Amino acid sequence: MKGIKIKRVIVTALAVCVCYMLQCTLFPSLALASVKPNILIILTASYGFMRGPKDGMLVGFFSGLLTDIQFGNILGFYALIYLVAGYVNGLFEQMYYDEDIKLPLALVGATEFIYGLVIYLLMFMLRSEFDFLHYLRHIIIPELIYTIVVTLGLYPLILFINHRLDAEEKRSAGKFV
Amino acid sequence: MVCILLMLLSVFYEKTAGPFKVLANLTVIPMQQGFNKVGSLLIDVSENFGTLEEARKLNKSLQAQIDELIMQNNNLQEEKYELERLRELYKLDQNYAEYEKVGARVISKDPGNWFSSFTIDKGSLNGIRVDMNVIAGSGLVGIVTEVGPTWATVRSIIDDSSNMGGMVLSTSDTCIVRGDLSLINDGKMRFEQMENNDNKVEVGEQIVTSHISDKYLQGILIGYVSEVQVDSNNLTRSGYLTPVVNFKKLQEVLVITKTKAELTGTDVTQEDAGAAEPAGAEAGGDAGGGTDAEGGQPAENGAGEGAPSGNEPANGQPAENGAGESAPSENGAGQGAPGDAAAGPEGTDSGGEGPSGAPPADVPEGE
Repeated sequence: MKGIKIKRVIVTALAVCVCYMLQCTLFPSLALASVKPNILIILTASYGFMRGPKDGMLVGFFSGLLTDIQFGNILGFYALIYLVAGYVNGLFEQMYYDEDIKLPLALVGATEFIYGLVIYLLMFMLRSEFDFLHYLRHIIIPELIYTIVVTLGLYPLILFINHRLDAEEKRSAGKFV
Repeated sequence: MVCILLMLLSVFYEKTAGPFKVLANLTVIPMQQGFNKVGSLLIDVSENFGTLEEARKLNKSLQAQIDELIMQNNNLQEEKYELERLRELYKLDQNYAEYEKVGARVISKDPGNWFSSFTIDKGSLNGIRVDMNVIAGSGLVGIVTEVGPTWATVRSIIDDSSNMGGMVLSTSDTCIVRGDLSLINDGKMRFEQMENNDNKVEVGEQIVTSHISDKYLQGILIGYVSEVQVDSNNLTRSGYLTPVVNFKKLQEVLVITKTKAELTGTDVTQEDAGAAEPAGAEAGGDAGGGTDAEGGQPAENGAGEGAPSGNEPANGQPAENGAGESAPSENGAGQGAPGDAAAGPEGTDSGGEGPSGAPPADVPEGE
């Protein structure tokens, strides 16, 4: 049981690291109209509604922290945003079914949209950049669409990894009982 | 008996063989020929098989060779492009030859879409410090905002939170150049607060970093004016400029290993101030460490200016501003303070060794 838990932690940590690195290195070169998708949001949101608020918060916190460490002005800013995103998505765990892809897409989309709004509010509006419509049209909406498209590819992968871990957990649980 | 008879006959009369020959011609020889043909066909086929196999083998080896050559070719081509890029950098190096530089590669970029900073693969171990200017292509890229042992974060000039003092090269009119997220897609930046005087500023003129900027070294090309108009207040002009660097394809950059503070000697005065208060070489050493951006204090602000700003109230605001753009007053402070006779020569002569100048014994501790 413990081995499985450690394995899950390692796999999750690896997923966060890989996603972060892809986000920083690969996706900037895949940017369309200088907008890139946010796969950290995808990861955080999917862990939230697949595994519940606690796991969502942890994954969100560490993905945000990585961003903070390397690029943030204040340590903990992105960590907090992603943490809240993971938690809120975790609240939808009850409504979530594996086969349904509409809910994950909607949740990831909503998370991404709110994330964009929050970043705009905290980092731009407070510096008196009031041209919200421009940012909405040129950053928030394109990023939202791109992220949803990437979700279609990335989400099944996360789901698959989660399934594998779940299956192993069940197997080892059955062994001991 | 018949045989002997035939032998004798054929010995004495050559013509006796004729009918037999005709017979043989009609029967055996065609068959022989047929067999021969079949045989040669078989030989051909087997030979064909042999050659086919050989050809296949040859083909395989040639294919392998082609693959290898393609790979080599790709590598060479890549190296060629790299060579071109590096040559361009080198040319740039010649242009700004008076500054010492360290080359670095861009290893990662900001994960979000809101800001444009990136990380390079050189850090404090390579002598990179906060506030160093970063150039590439043929102009300014940004400024180092954070340094680790083997990495440094650079905020590019097109970043929305980036401000710097610019100057029209031909007329020396100063202005403020701002990065603007909404203009990134058009590949432009905004400049404003340029005095509306008789000097004509035309489209295509070069805008360089100004002499009054406290973070950016003077005379680095920022971009070309693409649009200019007089503001409604009739006192200032503003407009757009096109940066010379292509920020989307940034791969290698050069970091100028000298900060403006070192060049102008502002940090020397701060060191003096630090030494004056608690009196003693140790305090000076601390200040030296502080300017090295290794000490705890500057790290919080990410700016070399950060720590000393407490000492000089005049500095407080610009330092907090990030790029510190109330340049004139800032400069006044910088120039005014070195009025101490000791600071003057040190600042100009050995700007690079500024921190090490006063307390040489303590510098290793700082690093």
